[in-house]
Amino acid sequence: MGKTVIEANVPGVFYRRPSPDEPPYKSEGDTVEQGDIVGLIEVMKNYIELRSEVSGTVIKYLVEHEDPVNPGQAIVEIET
Amino acid sequence: MKINKLLIANRGEIAVRIIRAAQELGIRTVQVYSSADCDSLPVQLADESIEIGPPQAIKSYLNADSILAAAAKTGADAIHPGYGFLAENPDFADAVEAAGMIFVGPSGDTIRRMGDKASARETAKAAGVATVPGSAGSLDKPDEAVSLAEEIGFPLMIKASAGGGGRGIRIVSSIEEFVHQAPQASAEARSAFGDGGIYLEKVIEQARHIEVQILGDGKRAIHCFERECSLQRRRQKVWEEAPASTISQKTRDELCTAAVKLAVAVGYRGAGTVEFLYEIPTGKFYFIEMNTRIQVEHPVTEQITGIDLLREMILISAGKPLSLEQDDVVVRGHAIEVRLNAEDPANGFIPFPGTLGNITLPGGPGIRFDTMIYPGYCIPPFYDSLLGKLVIWDEDRTSAMRRLRRALDELTIEGVKTTAPLFRALCRNKDVQASAYDTRWLERWLSTNAASQIV
Repeated sequence: MGKTVIEANVPGVFYRRPSPDEPPYKSEGDTVEQGDIVGLIEVMKNYIELRSEVSGTVIKYLVEHEDPVNPGQAIVEIET
Repeated sequence: MKINKLLIANRGEIAVRIIRAAQELGIRTVQVYSSADCDSLPVQLADESIEIGPPQAIKSYLNADSILAAAAKTGADAIHPGYGFLAENPDFADAVEAAGMIFVGPSGDTIRRMGDKASARETAKAAGVATVPGSAGSLDKPDEAVSLAEEIGFPLMIKASAGGGGRGIRIVSSIEEFVHQAPQASAEARSAFGDGGIYLEKVIEQARHIEVQILGDGKRAIHCFERECSLQRRRQKVWEEAPASTISQKTRDELCTAAVKLAVAVGYRGAGTVEFLYEIPTGKFYFIEMNTRIQVEHPVTEQITGIDLLREMILISAGKPLSLEQDDVVVRGHAIEVRLNAEDPANGFIPFPGTLGNITLPGGPGIRFDTMIYPGYCIPPFYDSLLGKLVIWDEDRTSAMRRLRRALDELTIEGVKTTAPLFRALCRNKDVQASAYDTRWLERWLSTNAASQIV
């Protein structure tokens, strides 16, 4: 059992949901496959998908929905 | 009415442009800013500045309550919304007036009327301005639409009445396809928007985007001729010119007259733009929409007419009648604007926020650069990618193209990628040199040439 942290790849605003009235991509305890989308980062009106590089289980999100984020910032912890 | 203190409810290059216009009129300025913009050029240039919230636009530049509170606190008596953000929000315009201030723009009712696609179309028709052939209103029964579809002709678009921003659109090219798709479109609209209403619109292929700048004082309206804005990527203009060099004088007169008719019909107050699609094979033009704001590309009109549109719109909002008669507006020469965005054109136009290094701006006759950048400025990731507009004026289009090439060669912006290499490549292109393009030309060209020619 290990722990992997998915980091922001671009600066911007982080979103956990694809749109305001849809459920979050992932919640704590959810299973994640490598390549799954775990959030969106809005950078200059473009939405960049943040994908998991590993398979495992979501431990927790380290930033809130709509928080500003910087590149390299830890976004979500995944137990592998 | 007199404006003593103007609050700028925007950011970036347009905030700088508004501050400059206000300062020349002897009006004090208040710049609102998000916490991401505390070091921005408009904050430095304005007489006063006030923070209105965190970086996210929804919590700052789109936060009407916060902006109105800032206006009250600083004693502003007018608000200029710029473009984007709250510029075409009728409730904001109403709220500014309800708070006893001047909204630099048309009334909330005018924004409402022209902002709704269907009502804008009806208003244009009533004013005798041609609209894209289509169904008059919403069609609730797809069956009834069949005869109308045949009448309009193919290809045509089935649009969801409640859709918008490109959502809920299907293109069909035959009656069989239409019969098959219309019920689906209606069902899809019902589930996506809670409203199964659809309407039909002819697809105008091979079109140019031509728009007319108008100024009105609520009683009288004039035009300041047209702009040609067909070079677009993802429906975003990247290069604009004035005048449109490929239309006849007769077409120009008709377009401009139609735009003024529409402005007069709605009692338009302020600066506005009436957008048309010009069908190249037939030479027909159709109203598409009216923008009730100052537009990004307004400088090309200023360069060919010598009119300061920002100054005019501020004076009109302060209750002054239009200072110009139609005959006072005369075109001289040709202007081209290119939008320098912080994007990498060689890599799918990915956004490129970051900190700027050295900057060399082009100079000499006929060159204007509207921007908020300076060396060391950090372009935040939270807003659009526009970092400046290079605007060229010269005696004619051929000379303006040469001057643009020269200006782009002088320009350096270090620290981020910009769209400058795209414009250098376009300057070398024969079609662009000949002004032989439609609204889809740039995307076609990019899909085949971007990699090899944008260097």
